[in-house]
Amino acid sequence: MHFGPHLLLAALEGLVTAAVLALTALGLSLVFGVMRVVNVAHGEFFMLGAVLAWAISTAISGHPALGFLAALVLAPLIVSLIALVSERLVLRRLNYNPEATIVATIGMLYIIQQLALTFYGPEARPVEPPFSYRILLPWFGYSGYKLSIIAASALLLAATWFVLTRTKIGLVMRATRYDSETAQAFGIPVDRVYAGVFALGAMLAAVAAVLIVPISQAHYLMGQDPLLLSFIVVIIGGLGSLRGTLVAAVLIGLSDGIISVFFSPTLAKIIATLLVAMVLVFRPQGLFGTASR
Amino acid sequence: MKEASPSKAYALHLGVIVLLFALSFVLPEYHHGLLARIMVLAVFAMGYNMLFGYVGLLSLGHAMFFSAGLYGAGLAVIHLGWSVPAAFAAGLACGALLALVIGVLALRTSGVAFMIVTMMFAQVFYLIILYLAAWTGGDQGLVVPQSARVLVLGDTSLGLTNPTVRYMSALVLFSIVLLVTLAVVRSRYGRVLVAIRENEERTKMLGYDSFSNKLAAVVVSGTICAASGAAYALLFGYVGSTFASVQYSILPLLWVLLGGAATTLGPLIGTLFMYYVVDVTSGYTSAYLLIVGIALIALVLFFPKGILGTIRQRWLGWLP
Repeated sequence: MHFGPHLLLAALEGLVTAAVLALTALGLSLVFGVMRVVNVAHGEFFMLGAVLAWAISTAISGHPALGFLAALVLAPLIVSLIALVSERLVLRRLNYNPEATIVATIGMLYIIQQLALTFYGPEARPVEPPFSYRILLPWFGYSGYKLSIIAASALLLAATWFVLTRTKIGLVMRATRYDSETAQAFGIPVDRVYAGVFALGAMLAAVAAVLIVPISQAHYLMGQDPLLLSFIVVIIGGLGSLRGTLVAAVLIGLSDGIISVFFSPTLAKIIATLLVAMVLVFRPQGLFGTASR
Repeated sequence: MKEASPSKAYALHLGVIVLLFALSFVLPEYHHGLLARIMVLAVFAMGYNMLFGYVGLLSLGHAMFFSAGLYGAGLAVIHLGWSVPAAFAAGLACGALLALVIGVLALRTSGVAFMIVTMMFAQVFYLIILYLAAWTGGDQGLVVPQSARVLVLGDTSLGLTNPTVRYMSALVLFSIVLLVTLAVVRSRYGRVLVAIRENEERTKMLGYDSFSNKLAAVVVSGTICAASGAAYALLFGYVGSTFASVQYSILPLLWVLLGGAATTLGPLIGTLFMYYVVDVTSGYTSAYLLIVGIALIALVLFFPKGILGTIRQRWLGWLP
């Protein structure tokens, strides 16, 4: 292949990464933005989504699309339920103290990871894609499923944007985020908003995982990479900024895809991580963030 | 915190050291080896505590300082054929230099951003180790040959693979670091660090330069962690990239929290306790991460001051 097609392929792969990353990072960003909680277990909610997708889709026989659709609905719901329970049992009792919640979510990370290893096992298992249609481009055929991931992610991001900026729920969330004490005084059940946001964040990660699992595989350690990348996206984009998250996800996804095709993937990660660390050092509020309060 | 009488505190610490010395003659072989390892790792926890406990900076990147010492010493022995003391010094120098650079950069941020920045620098360090697999052995790691692990002092040569020598070397390192920590936290400088932890703005207003004090704390902390890493490479003969991974940044946090942050003996107690919990439970179940996870959550929920911190709060106000 020539340079052009090669670049196109790398860009397409990068966009798929970006689509999944944007969803995962959005969850992390919402939780941090509204609750001021750094959810270190976010990657494990992602992993749970993938593992549950495998379990659900293998339990349902018949056309692969049937199992996949069931997984797409059920897995995020189960994950958000787990998140809800852990929020009630742990985070609320810590009064959302930033440092204590970091330690507690590290604990959750270990617990979820160990449970997945015990009940699911150390193997990586595939999930069959709901359809295997190839779209023929002039130089090569490209998986239609991968393109549909991008579309699904865009749809979900648009929906989240709509909820956040145009509905009452979004208004309540923004008010809580801006000043939780005043919000409480005006009769907003801050407590329940926090629980809902935490569950929503976990759900977004799980949806992203279900979408990606047919092209990667479900594995009990798969949460680590998205966690780190989501951190990177959230920070570069500026905490709590939806637009920033999106732009950063596309930036990171594309550059990761392109650099990994032309250079070593490890080198690509080193450069990306170092650059982001420097952004955070010299511009702590991120590219699109406003000064922290 | 009540004012500690110096003699009481020093007597307690010397007592702990004497106890550890005496234990080496009575412990069965298995626990003898385990305790040597625990002492080396307790040094790591003490280094972490210096920053987390006394300055209140939560870093998630200390695996980087530990492995700077580990690789600094290990690679000097393996590739350059350096002697044990020179390699140990090389490990310390690597850790101190790295801590200085990372400190200057990371201390521009604070709070959650500090945590994430340190985690990212540690991740870069980890990836570099994997990337330079030709020298570092990548994810396989390297074994330091037994023949190189001999400490020559004048006419006598001590093989570090000998259990007694290993235990005593670990004890010497542990004792030095324990006493240094005690001296630092009791000094004027230690008081400034605690003041920064409690109220940075007010400390600044009193005329202290909080940045350079914090930077010095990062360097001291990083050097102690590097000492632990260098000792680990030379005493146990294994240099591996797992020690640079995020888990090894989290473990010292766990040990310190368990034992009691901002107590001088807390890191030892935490490391000892956690190692034995894992050791005992791994006899019944392989799910040791589950125990670690539950321990972390239970600690922050019900026991935020750790074992020694609670003892100090309730009964022994004079504990350093």
